[in-house]
Amino acid sequence: MSVQEVLPLGGVATEQSGQFRADHLLVAEMVKPGSKVLDVGCGEGDLLQLLETRGIDGRGIELSREGVNRCVSKGLAVVQGDADTDLVNYPDDAFDYVILSQTLQATRQPRVVLENLLRIGRRAIVSFPNFGFWKMRLQLLVGGHMPRTENLPATWYDTANIHFCTIKDFVELCDAIDVKMERAEALDLYGRPLRLRLPWWVWNMFGEQGVFLLTRGQGK
Amino acid sequence: MVGVKSVPSPAISADDRSHEADHPNSQVAQFGAEQPLRLDCGIDLTPFQIAYQTYGELNADRSNAVLICHALTGDQHVANVHPVTGKSGWWETLVGPGRPLDPQHYFIICANVIGGCMGSTGPASINPATGKVWGLDFPVITIPDMVRAQAMLIDRLGIDTLFAVVGGSMGGMQVLQWTAAYPKRVYSALAIACATRHSAQNIAFHELGRQAVMADPDWHNGRYTDQGIHPHRGLAVARMAAHITYLSDAALHRKFGRRMQDRELPTFSFDADFQVESYLRYQGSSFVERFDANSYLYLTRAMDYFDIAGDHGGVLAKAFAGIETRFCVVSFTSDWLFPTSESRALVHALNASSARVSFAEIETDRGHDAFLLDVPEFFDIARAFLQSAGKARGLTARID
Repeated sequence: MSVQEVLPLGGVATEQSGQFRADHLLVAEMVKPGSKVLDVGCGEGDLLQLLETRGIDGRGIELSREGVNRCVSKGLAVVQGDADTDLVNYPDDAFDYVILSQTLQATRQPRVVLENLLRIGRRAIVSFPNFGFWKMRLQLLVGGHMPRTENLPATWYDTANIHFCTIKDFVELCDAIDVKMERAEALDLYGRPLRLRLPWWVWNMFGEQGVFLLTRGQGK
Repeated sequence: MVGVKSVPSPAISADDRSHEADHPNSQVAQFGAEQPLRLDCGIDLTPFQIAYQTYGELNADRSNAVLICHALTGDQHVANVHPVTGKSGWWETLVGPGRPLDPQHYFIICANVIGGCMGSTGPASINPATGKVWGLDFPVITIPDMVRAQAMLIDRLGIDTLFAVVGGSMGGMQVLQWTAAYPKRVYSALAIACATRHSAQNIAFHELGRQAVMADPDWHNGRYTDQGIHPHRGLAVARMAAHITYLSDAALHRKFGRRMQDRELPTFSFDADFQVESYLRYQGSSFVERFDANSYLYLTRAMDYFDIAGDHGGVLAKAFAGIETRFCVVSFTSDWLFPTSESRALVHALNASSARVSFAEIETDRGHDAFLLDVPEFFDIARAFLQSAGKARGLTARID
């Protein structure tokens, strides 16, 4: 599987909505109605709420108690926990989809987490900020400092994000652990999917974040 | 500074206590020969009675009933003045107007457990066969027995499904037993500072307490009532030891440190020089006034035997297979009696069973006792969980 084969699957028709984030709408669109979903690092439960409006049975894991509290008050089933340590306790095939939205870069062992996602769920949806994005490159190249963006505003010494990667890096990791990419999208600075069939390096350069629908490869 | 009395509050006579065992200051449900309580030990307990309190009113479709399960030394007086001690209800922080469990919206029930000493049949009750106090002739009871008796009470009250079952510590064990035994009768379950089984360390502490009671020469092999006495020293020691496990080192330090009680210099004796000593002595002696020593033996034993997984072939997830109850599990960071790891094991099993579960660990230095104290973060979770469950259930409870 080459990078070029998997990436440019074309744009998606996501309606922009003021209520929900663009990347959440894209993720929700990837989930079949009626399925069972685990959202790892679910924050305040916005994505879970969106999924519930579509008849999807959602559960969440969240590290912060404040986040858990907000979720519980919304009637969501959310467990306080850590993706790095808690996923091992979930049984195989417990969910149809496991979602890791904007959390991969904060895990201590992204590879192990990714393997667990695809053990617990038949499919995984992973989105993460692309460190290959041109603005990031520019800040390091010209500014000479670790990049900071609107979505990743923390400085290098107090950020929870410890494992940044580019879209290209992530694709290589998926190859290495025999994970198949069923669908891949790159979102621009405004959360809009890059619509044209573009070579992978364009995605890696102009995608502010990547969103991937993954399944287990042949070896699994 | 914490007000610590070295002398117990006004003495309560043993008569008050023993009177409550059979003729409690609360409602009582009596179960005659036609409705025996089948106990895990194989004995049918009959006749028996359950003492209980209710707050609020049952709505027209009987969908707003909440059962509160009390902890080891609690009782049915969850939100009213205690008839023996004169103190306010043990969970008035959670139950009351404007509280997460508001009697204006829920019909709240709290029953004294079977084996207790505040009006439900237990070792302090009169054995109808002999006309004397049961004492050690009372059969050993278990947490499932307590829950089976509660279910009979709930039947008697004409309630099919409980909107919520709520409890902490031993009460939390009952909550879990309710969901395992009667999954269809529990719409939502709030289990606080508890575990699905009693740990070896906890059994060890209980054994220490029981041995303290039984080592008291006034215990008389459990027949102390016949002699008109009570093994108050042994029971007070048991309570003191247990009370330490309910707190945390940090909480003890914050409350007392090494401060002296009513003096500047040590007396070089075994008087209660330190505030922490007089606090424990006070806890021990005030407990003895309201609690029966044999009942303490039976209830600690019931907790020791508790092991939901053990009842389901060692696989915890089997106990909750296919369950539709909405769970909320809460633990406290400084609780070393029921540490968060125990709650996590429960949550993992519930997840493996596809149950709908929420879980939060509350940061506090107040130890196991935190569930009885004013901990706003805990109330936030409890309120949010009950309100969202009420919404899903179509309850007309106020949504703030």
